[in-house]
Amino acid sequence: MDYFAGIDVGSLSTDVVILNGGGEVCGHSIIETGANSTEASEDALEKALAQAGIGRGDLAKIVATGYGRVSVPLADGKFTEISCHALGAYYLFPDTGTVIDIGGQDSKVIRVGEGGKVVDFTMNDKCAAGTGRFLEVMAAKLRVPLGEMGDLSLHAKGEVQISSVCTVFAESEVVSLVARNHPREEILRGLHRAIVSRVWSMVKSIGVSGEVAMTGGVAKNSGVVVLMEERLGKPIHIHSEPQIIGALGAALLAKRNLGDSRAKNPLKSPG
Amino acid sequence: MKDLGAPALMGISRVGKKMRPIKPDPHFGPPLKCTRRLKDIMTRHYFLSRYAEGAKPVAWVTSGAPVEVLRPFGFYTVYPENHGALCGAKKMGPELCAVAEEHGYHQDLCSYARIDLGHYFSGKTPAGKLPKPDLLFASNNICQTVAYWYKALSHYLKVPLILFDTPYNFREITDSDISYMVRQFEEMIPVLEQVSGRQFNYRKLQEYVSVAKDASITWGAVLATMKARPAPMTIFDAFGHMVPIVSLRGLPLALEYYRTLLAELRERVTRGVGAIKHERKRLMWDNIAIWYKMRDHSSLFAGQGMNFVTATYTNAWAETTPYMDENRPFESMARAYSLVILNNNLNSRLELMERLIKEYQVDGLVIHSARSCKPYSVGQYDLKRLLMERLEVPSVIIEADIADSRAYSEEQTRTRLEAFFEAMEG
Repeated sequence: MDYFAGIDVGSLSTDVVILNGGGEVCGHSIIETGANSTEASEDALEKALAQAGIGRGDLAKIVATGYGRVSVPLADGKFTEISCHALGAYYLFPDTGTVIDIGGQDSKVIRVGEGGKVVDFTMNDKCAAGTGRFLEVMAAKLRVPLGEMGDLSLHAKGEVQISSVCTVFAESEVVSLVARNHPREEILRGLHRAIVSRVWSMVKSIGVSGEVAMTGGVAKNSGVVVLMEERLGKPIHIHSEPQIIGALGAALLAKRNLGDSRAKNPLKSPG
Repeated sequence: MKDLGAPALMGISRVGKKMRPIKPDPHFGPPLKCTRRLKDIMTRHYFLSRYAEGAKPVAWVTSGAPVEVLRPFGFYTVYPENHGALCGAKKMGPELCAVAEEHGYHQDLCSYARIDLGHYFSGKTPAGKLPKPDLLFASNNICQTVAYWYKALSHYLKVPLILFDTPYNFREITDSDISYMVRQFEEMIPVLEQVSGRQFNYRKLQEYVSVAKDASITWGAVLATMKARPAPMTIFDAFGHMVPIVSLRGLPLALEYYRTLLAELRERVTRGVGAIKHERKRLMWDNIAIWYKMRDHSSLFAGQGMNFVTATYTNAWAETTPYMDENRPFESMARAYSLVILNNNLNSRLELMERLIKEYQVDGLVIHSARSCKPYSVGQYDLKRLLMERLEVPSVIIEADIADSRAYSEEQTRTRLEAFFEAMEG
């Protein structure tokens, strides 16, 4: 049986999804990208292959996505993460009309059409506010493990306002809030509010249609999700591993589009 | 001032300069013959500037100012915005902007303004030397920044500034708006007479208005050739060929040039010669060009079989000048110059974009959100959404700057453009 791999080389993590011929996920991996994205893609792929219990020779096609997509020599094709997140989310939740992806260094809102096709999208501008990086910096400053930020903030009794939209300035704001003995939970909630309002303006500019799915590592943060759902007024669909949705979309594109592995331009689908 | 042997001197200046061989890109059709002519005209124009100082009155002018009124007085005109674009294309933007920033000008200020001020402080320019102005002439029909930028220049250079104030068109231009602007023309005549030392000649003004109008109509016809499939030129070509209509407006040379260019383009249309070899998709550009990325982007899009066939930017110099009427020069100039795209309400911009999309059979829209140009960039997200709703035209916004490449992020822009290509391919 043929297998297909999607590799998403992001700024923080490199994720791989392996699909079998029936389109089922049979292996995945998430590792830190580190300083060498080519090596990261190799390592992540090996890890996912081991989980699937297959060898590299079993892979019929590999598609790369993410900022490091150009540095994956083993890929047969490459697509942007916008197309991949749209398709991945659509595959998991077929009623998806809007995807909110908050990744390591950028966040985007995608309007998804028929068949998981990208109808419209918007991304943050050249600034890390409203991205995973923003939360990572703040987690380090507050000495809270990244994975615990969300739940902690849900226990906040009040909330402080973070007025700066700049990651660097928000960091100094946090320092002064800590110095004034504001409870950590309340600062966290304020930070989550800041990221949500930043992303919300993108949601508004694209408009909400259909069901909303959230992808990317920040979707694991329950504090952000709760505030986003509050704004939307409806629940958000989130997969248990939101980080791998880009890789999943890439694997689906490997399965769907690449009839010819030597196709020079992967954008031109053969059929 | 006659030619002063400039063409001969230009010839000498070329000696010893190695022409950089440009590798032909296989995605493009044959290049336009007129490009060489354009280069000669502009080189000559900049070359003559070396002799203008002292020989002719010199004015520095904003791109949207009614320059026709200066022509009868024989002003040699310099366009700092055109010079800013040139510096941008020559990748000197960051260097000159940094000089202005060292003098306290903020990074958020328009990069044309920073480049111009940086040039003033450092004397650096790719154009040899710009002649010192005797007069500054600005109109706020393109932005309010020019008012303060030119005030700063006036302060440093100690020369008079004429500011032509155009009321913003929220709904429609009223008679009192027109008479307000006509009064300004009347008031500037004595100043122009004094600075130039020449008497105002109404008949001459009428001639210049007539020539400017014809040139603008011809420029409009040049752009209209891109309605053909395949389009005989790309908007990246037009960004270059628009220089005479911006900075030589009113001079017979500009009209003559566009007649030649129009003939060449019409001939290409008849023979079915396209600017790019395989025109599969047709695009529209919004906002000023990203001057330091012109070649990269033109190759990137041509490689995808996508050709920009229209732009709100190039259209701006064809859009309202047909209002001009040599029999009523002041009234008609007031109307033509106050109704330009950046002085007009968003609704009219939306209608304009809708019309261009239909007339030029546009498949997709690339919107440049320019850090420098706030009046052009405001409202773009709404325009994008409305055009999607009304015409289902896919679009992408790229955040960049016109001349300061420090505000441009290659990776982020590439990802946006590639995602746009993927969405266009379906």
